[in-house]
Amino acid sequence: MADQRDWLSTEVEVERSMPGVNMTSAVWRRLRRHPGAIAGLILLGLLVAAVGLANFSPYNPEASEMSIKFQPPSLQHWMGTDALGRDLLTRVLYGGRISLTVGLIVVAIALLIGVPVGALSGYYGGWLDVLLMRVTDTFLSLPSFMVLILLGAFLREIKIPLIERNNVLTIGLVIGSLSWMTTARLVRATFLTIKSMDYITAARSMGASDWRLISRHILPNAIGPIVVESTLELAYAIIEESGLSFLGFGIRPPTPSWGNLLSDAQNYFVASPWLAIFPGLMIFLTIISVNYIGDGLRDAFDPYKVLEKVGEY
Amino acid sequence: MSSFILRRLIQTLLLLFLLSIVLFALVNLAPGGPMVGLGQNRRVRPEQLEMMRRQFGLDQPLPVQYIVWLAGNDWMQVDSDGDGLPDQPGQRLGVLRGDFGTSINTRQPVLSEISQRLPNTIYLMGITIILAILIAIPIGILSATRQYSRIDIALTTFSFAGQAIPEFWLGLVLIIIFYAWLKNPFTGDPLFPAGGMYSLAGSSSLTDRLWHLILPVITGALGWISWYSRFIRASLLDVIHADYLRTARAKGLSERIVLFKHALRNALVPLITMLALDLPTIFSGAIFVELLFAWPGMGRLYYQAASARDYPVLMAVLMIGATFIILSNLLADIVYAYLDPRVRYE
Repeated sequence: MADQRDWLSTEVEVERSMPGVNMTSAVWRRLRRHPGAIAGLILLGLLVAAVGLANFSPYNPEASEMSIKFQPPSLQHWMGTDALGRDLLTRVLYGGRISLTVGLIVVAIALLIGVPVGALSGYYGGWLDVLLMRVTDTFLSLPSFMVLILLGAFLREIKIPLIERNNVLTIGLVIGSLSWMTTARLVRATFLTIKSMDYITAARSMGASDWRLISRHILPNAIGPIVVESTLELAYAIIEESGLSFLGFGIRPPTPSWGNLLSDAQNYFVASPWLAIFPGLMIFLTIISVNYIGDGLRDAFDPYKVLEKVGEY
Repeated sequence: MSSFILRRLIQTLLLLFLLSIVLFALVNLAPGGPMVGLGQNRRVRPEQLEMMRRQFGLDQPLPVQYIVWLAGNDWMQVDSDGDGLPDQPGQRLGVLRGDFGTSINTRQPVLSEISQRLPNTIYLMGITIILAILIAIPIGILSATRQYSRIDIALTTFSFAGQAIPEFWLGLVLIIIFYAWLKNPFTGDPLFPAGGMYSLAGSSSLTDRLWHLILPVITGALGWISWYSRFIRASLLDVIHADYLRTARAKGLSERIVLFKHALRNALVPLITMLALDLPTIFSGAIFVELLFAWPGMGRLYYQAASARDYPVLMAVLMIGATFIILSNLLADIVYAYLDPRVRYE
């Protein structure tokens, strides 16, 4: 085992010392060897492209045409039509925009709160650490999906311009405000490990400011875990948004989202099962591709594990 | 160890106090208030509404309402007939004395609402989780012992898929297949019921109950099976290359004994910790399963309370849920220290 470890670390050393190889390209090189991650990237790319092309659909996602309601999938309507004669494919694509946007907003908020909280907590320690970690613990003790339902139920009545009627921003903010804790803990753990290392002392003795130490010397060490956690967060946020919309506490019709499309489908699933099949299939494909990408990234950021997968360890 | 537990319990009480303030503020600062539904009802006159607000104590300032919620109001005069004048001591005992108030919707004590629903949820979730673990353990072992074989790749793909299927969609698809499409060839009835815990007309026999359990349990269990089988695979792989297993093999123990007596026992420690952390779901239930299959449990109670703004019920379920989460965290720490002698809390 020991000699294998040595061989592994030299391999990684060689990779590090190769001219022109920075972390991004090293990670990318390893990611390319992960079949699941590649499949996930291709699938997610296709989904994002399809969602992006929603505008080119010949049908209007919100205008009803009662003469063609409940049509099964056909060449004109690939996913059939709904109770109001709207083209389901068009609605699913527009709904995908909503779901993916909510997911990205959630990840952005989780990073905006989680990274500073974790960094300050880990770097400064002391009372600040105690305070911030107590707040984190409190958030972690909340039954989060129940609180989401509560917030969704109340906010849909609210009349404040920017966050009216449970729009994308509101739902993203609400889910995001309950999703930053793991990121904060990961960042804090990295800071605790790194901050007492010699190179940090060296940098400090050369007059580096706290800000420079935090942002340039310590934080980059946390990028791997942060990226992996963010992909998990993205998948989770998409499921939470669709669950919330499915219950009627999220994105509200007529704006389509994968969750409220499924919610609609509940009333017609015996005669028109396609209404229930396709939106859920889209959620499934998105989540599975994001999860595979996350799995690949975890291996790519952890070279020991990659070599283990190749079968040498 | 006992001083560690004591310290954690004190921290838990502080955390619960903090949480109760946050949740109370969250529930009560929402626009509209609990009477918003009744206010839209034309048959309820504004004076009546005002009277009910006084009877429920909703005209009091928020801190007073919180203290009443926490400690009751039998020590102060309240306005029981809603005429604007306090006339007699209150009836509420407060959460500290085990009184979570009265549901605005059903006028029942919140605790009796919960005690009607909780056994149904424990019944459903208990069976779901036990079944999931019983299936996940062999899958995890098979995957880990044949790492990167075809069967491992197939099982890993299965668990990735299982984690990506949203519960509410799985339930819907199962209902479409087994209720709407497939029929019992003898009677022409749907193969499985679309909801409920037992048939209303038929006797609530064991087979009838099982028949009603199958679809909800499958819906709920798939995610658990996927998650736990991956977890078991990972924790078994963590120990499978350890030196002490090489020693066990070197001294001539059979592969079976090495796996089940030496590797698995260590790999199950994180599993038990993880199970302790997942215990709160047995209380809070699976909201989607309960809604799809019309299961009268806690998840559905909470959903109905949120839709109807039944504040006392919302507060009670949230607080009990948070208590379960905090206590199960503590339980996980204790179990972990108990099972793994290397772990010591000072």
